[in-house]
Amino acid sequence: MISLSRLGAIIKKEVVQLSRDRLTFGMVFGLPIMQILLFGYAINTDVRNLRTAVANKAGTHLSRQFVSELAASQVVKISKTAQTAAELESLLRRGEISLGVLIPADFDRRVADKNRSAVHLFVDGSDPTILGVANQLRTMPIEFDSAPPRDNKQGLIEVRPYYNPERRTPVNIVPGLMGIILMMTMMLFTAVAIVRERERGNLELLINTPVTSAELMVGKVTPYVAIGLLQLAIILGVGQFLFDVPIRGSVVDLYIAGSAFIAANLALGLLISTATHTQFQAMQVTVFILMPSILLSGFMFPFDGMPVAARYIGEILPTTHFIRLTRGIMLREAPIGELMPDLGYLIVFTAIAMTVAAKRFTKRLD
Amino acid sequence: MSSEYAIEARGLTKTFGDLRAVSELDLNVPRGQIYGFLGPNGSGKSTTIRMLCGLLTPTDGSADVLGTKIPGKADLLKPKIGYMTQKFSLFGDMSVGENLNFIAEIYSVPARTRKSRIDELLVKYDLAPQQKQLAGTMSGGQKQRLALACAVLHHPELLLLDEPTSAVDPQSRRDFWANLFRLAETGTTVLVSTHYMDEAERCHRLAILDHGVKVADGTPQELQAATGMHIIEVTADDPYAAQVAIDEQPEIASVTQLGIRLRVLIREIHSDPISIVERALESSGVTGETVMAPPTLEDVFVAVTMKAEENGQ
Repeated sequence: MISLSRLGAIIKKEVVQLSRDRLTFGMVFGLPIMQILLFGYAINTDVRNLRTAVANKAGTHLSRQFVSELAASQVVKISKTAQTAAELESLLRRGEISLGVLIPADFDRRVADKNRSAVHLFVDGSDPTILGVANQLRTMPIEFDSAPPRDNKQGLIEVRPYYNPERRTPVNIVPGLMGIILMMTMMLFTAVAIVRERERGNLELLINTPVTSAELMVGKVTPYVAIGLLQLAIILGVGQFLFDVPIRGSVVDLYIAGSAFIAANLALGLLISTATHTQFQAMQVTVFILMPSILLSGFMFPFDGMPVAARYIGEILPTTHFIRLTRGIMLREAPIGELMPDLGYLIVFTAIAMTVAAKRFTKRLD
Repeated sequence: MSSEYAIEARGLTKTFGDLRAVSELDLNVPRGQIYGFLGPNGSGKSTTIRMLCGLLTPTDGSADVLGTKIPGKADLLKPKIGYMTQKFSLFGDMSVGENLNFIAEIYSVPARTRKSRIDELLVKYDLAPQQKQLAGTMSGGQKQRLALACAVLHHPELLLLDEPTSAVDPQSRRDFWANLFRLAETGTTVLVSTHYMDEAERCHRLAILDHGVKVADGTPQELQAATGMHIIEVTADDPYAAQVAIDEQPEIASVTQLGIRLRVLIREIHSDPISIVERALESSGVTGETVMAPPTLEDVFVAVTMKAEENGQ
């Protein structure tokens, strides 16, 4: 049925055209890197380097040790020093600092007294995240109170363990982000694939040659399978290199899940391409599917917390199942055998979408 | 395959909603000839060509194209025909060489003969200097030569050309037609649609289409001999006044101005056509010379489309 020579010709043509299309080619590599940096850095509840001013009225050895340990935690970055509480308040009001640390003159005595706080924190409470960090810091002086000075060091360093690794944003975001990025690029590229040839008039020539519908469909999506797998590697690489996102399960399993998901999106893209008449229409339909995939797939909000109707919609979307697969494999070390329902759904989805697309596409103009 | 006709169509009809684009078209296209479709835009030329190569399904009627029934297994036909679309449809972001290579692979031209065939076409169609140029950046004439080279690459028995010369200059058109004659000499049947009279005149046979109906067909000579009209050429000092005066006569079928000359068509049932024209000029006080002239294809076209209109009313 499929002639390898003709299939090869279509694939080669797609690759040549893709390499000439600088913008699209750039998107293939630029999009995953840009997205992962955006989501990894900007959307980050793991706060570091809060601008902080210290007013050390005690000036004792113990108080200086406290300040240096505070700085070593990296949660705060001591950028200013002040003399009085009023000075800290004014820095805070002007927005120059997010956190003010006031060490009273009787600091050493207060540390020894369990009933009195040793340090005052001035916090910019307008950002709940910063307030949360400050609340965590507040627990330190209490431990500081209750223990001899040399144990305090341990207490301060224990700021980090309060962040369960599972709660670091990138760890949770990156496996989901893989789904979003792959879906975006795969679906967008193939959604315009057939429609673009129709708009440019190439299709009328193509369907008058011996090339079959199947050769045209398979040939058009094959280069994108390779691109999808490459994107998967980029996201995993950047995720691990920059954000220490673990891959606790098997990389092979991850690639099996990735291949199934890429196929599902390519098939969906082709279906869009055969159902629309212009590239603009294809884009609109793509965005129409993109939005629920971002919002209802469990990428943005925990799936179990969503209303029932939203969960039903989420179950239809391939992205939902892929995100479950990646989080399972990467974070919970689940073997793919235990995630069969999600993998199965992706395969069934691909088969149905591909069949409908091939049926819809005829080598005729009417 | 022994049929003397490459295409035989019977009652071929295509409707789009209420529009009858092609109406009960009968067609016999002999092998190894250049057969023209002459007609204005919207006369059903493209629709007919698309039906003949299986791109459109006829609403009614059928055709036999190179032994393949239409509607039917058009896929069997594809390797045997070459098709040149009205709009340039090769890949603008690929070079001339890449386009030719792609077409060769799509038509499964064997790898060992592929290169020599492409080189041959590059020389024959004067595209060798553009081999590495992106097709989208070429001139209209170059694009057209590339499209023809791609359409004939796999040695098709039948070439379907949909207004191939609508975007090229006169010199390119002459060269293009020289190529078509070379192809016809080697046995290729060529079906070409056009709205240029001079091109229609070059065809071995042609069919004139008007509003989806075939209003005449035959060789250009046959058509010219059978217009059913006297043709009178009038040279007048005031062509406009002469035209008004002549047009008033009831016997006149049509008057067309060509510079200072007028071309007057009078039905053959009226004898002595010269005197009809001269009387008209005299009565209006316009001076002019009148001579009988042999009919051109344009006269044929005017005559047959006029008849079709009368029949329609």
